[in-house]
Amino acid sequence: MAKNIIEKVWDSHVVYQEEGKPDLLYIDLHLIHEVTSPQAFEGLRLAGRKVRRPDLCFATMDHNVPTKNLPTINDPIAKKQIMTLADNAKEFGVELADIGHPDQGIVHVIGPELGLTQPGKTIVCGDSHTSTHGAFGALAFGIGTSEVEHVLSTQTLWQNKPKTMEIRVNGKLGVGVAAKDIILAIIAKWGIGVGTGHIVEFTGDAIRALSMEERMTICNMSIEAGAKAGLISPDATTVEFLRGRRHAPKEDKFEEAASYWLSLASDEGCSYDVVLEIDADEIEPIVTWGTNPSMGTGVSKTVPTAADFDNESDKQALKKALAYMDLEEGQPITSIEVQHVFIGSCTNSRLSDLRTAASIVEGKKLHPGVRGIVVPGSYSTKAAAEAEGLDKIFTDAGFEWRESGCSACLGMNEDIIPSGERCASTSNRNFEGRQGAGARTHLVSPAMAAAAAIEGHFVDVRKYVKQEV
Amino acid sequence: MEPINIVNSVIAPLDRKNVDTDQIISKEFLKRIERTGFGSFLFYHWRFDEQGNEISDFVLNKPEYKGSEILVAQDNFGCGSSREHAPWAILDYGFRVVIAPSFADIFHNNCFKNGILPIRLTEEECDEILAKGLEKPYNVEVNLAAQTVTGEDGKVYSFNIDPYYKEMLLNGWDEIALTFKYEEQIAAYEAKRIAY
Repeated sequence: MAKNIIEKVWDSHVVYQEEGKPDLLYIDLHLIHEVTSPQAFEGLRLAGRKVRRPDLCFATMDHNVPTKNLPTINDPIAKKQIMTLADNAKEFGVELADIGHPDQGIVHVIGPELGLTQPGKTIVCGDSHTSTHGAFGALAFGIGTSEVEHVLSTQTLWQNKPKTMEIRVNGKLGVGVAAKDIILAIIAKWGIGVGTGHIVEFTGDAIRALSMEERMTICNMSIEAGAKAGLISPDATTVEFLRGRRHAPKEDKFEEAASYWLSLASDEGCSYDVVLEIDADEIEPIVTWGTNPSMGTGVSKTVPTAADFDNESDKQALKKALAYMDLEEGQPITSIEVQHVFIGSCTNSRLSDLRTAASIVEGKKLHPGVRGIVVPGSYSTKAAAEAEGLDKIFTDAGFEWRESGCSACLGMNEDIIPSGERCASTSNRNFEGRQGAGARTHLVSPAMAAAAAIEGHFVDVRKYVKQEV
Repeated sequence: MEPINIVNSVIAPLDRKNVDTDQIISKEFLKRIERTGFGSFLFYHWRFDEQGNEISDFVLNKPEYKGSEILVAQDNFGCGSSREHAPWAILDYGFRVVIAPSFADIFHNNCFKNGILPIRLTEEECDEILAKGLEKPYNVEVNLAAQTVTGEDGKVYSFNIDPYYKEMLLNGWDEIALTFKYEEQIAAYEAKRIAY
């Protein structure tokens, strides 16, 4: 029977199955960071348990780490949490890319960079954006700290098999429209709960045409559509990305692995519980105006009005969101002025994201009312960007060029947007207070963020891109 | 974890949908390395203003809902970040049950690991309970074994729950200890597992 990739990867990882119980799934890769692991390691210690497969774990520091003046960590509580991971990694024999280590970076950036992320693997991490790794055709999902402890102890998880969903993106993206706009358009169209209880496979010509880094942006935000995980079937693009990476199979083994990976792609004629379709040609650069990722619209549009919604609870949600965001119903998106621009996060901090943003700001200056920071996703991304002079382009324009980490995506470190101020952000969540208490977040692509940094308000970056050509 | 079966309390009606885990527990409180003590930070920016004063019209600050062990909300409760600090905060504050039409997957899983019972009722049923609770304090009794929520007015709402998680909650089991019983199967899987 024709199977989709979700079924193939799931079925091949079932350790034990019994009617009336979830499946016991084997976990191939467990990524660990400082915020969601200390209580799990403490649980092991209290119960006298050990890590079953330290060789299948990889840890780094990302959520809490300062992005300037390293190695000083001013916040004593953050410092203690970071030290705790270092101690736990040592005690339990887990490999750690510590602050200052050349492999350090956002956990969802370094997994693929190091070749740890591979098609067909089950990958978990105590972080909801673990869905990022699905770009390779891995079954990757975020878990809570109790589940982190369960995986550390047993290398397995009890999981009910979710339903499957295909989101087919037909056609071709326009110039200046990014992978970020595809996923924001999907979430705006169907809402943040559309994927709840489902694993999504993204298919279609527009997805096939994307680079691995762009595919990661899409899968990264599948959690923002509520999905348990988001996958893309592996193809030649996937295989070539992995060739030569440190943890990818070597020489002769690589071809064997590659043919296994390609065999995981969804079979012709397979089925899904739900199928949704969207045309890439119709997608324009998106800007979110509200307080969840589905509250977004095209840059040429206006903030919605109550009349755009049918039911009372949506009208109320609009009202609450606009009050928090200090926006008016019907206000043009391009009239929204920003005081901050953040280019970074596990969604959009990879080399291609930095290149795109740099191409927009090159030779220009930040708008006087704007403060911009660029936070590369990893130490190695930062080094690669510097090797091609991107840091210089950003700093010449007036941006701050930082060390890698999660930074202002969630503002756990000192990179916080002040209350009442507005940020054009390449990150993934615009929840109330996400970037700082009272801060107002607008999610956009790297190109849109860069253009807003120059203009001081949102602009249609497509005009910008055309001017450049 | 604490076993759970019967919980009898006034409900706390949180009449919002898409309550995300960033609201349940804000990032500035995630740096602690303990599992306990998060209750005082639950819904911090909804409970307190920038000066740290209680915002009087927020549901948890109203005296009639103090001591509630049952939180009722709208659709897609617990969406966003996987942070288990969210259920830790809910539990530490004093809630044992959350009722909503739907829950985000990771949050839903996290509840079961901490002895919190997440109950899915229909949107209409949740609206009805919320309306009753908003009008005046409304007491309900949750019975996990019977899979019912019974209002003080005699209205009975039934709910479904996965039998595996039901047993886990009723007994307060340590899931890891249970999984160790499958050591043979795990080792057998490891012996034949595809790994590159």
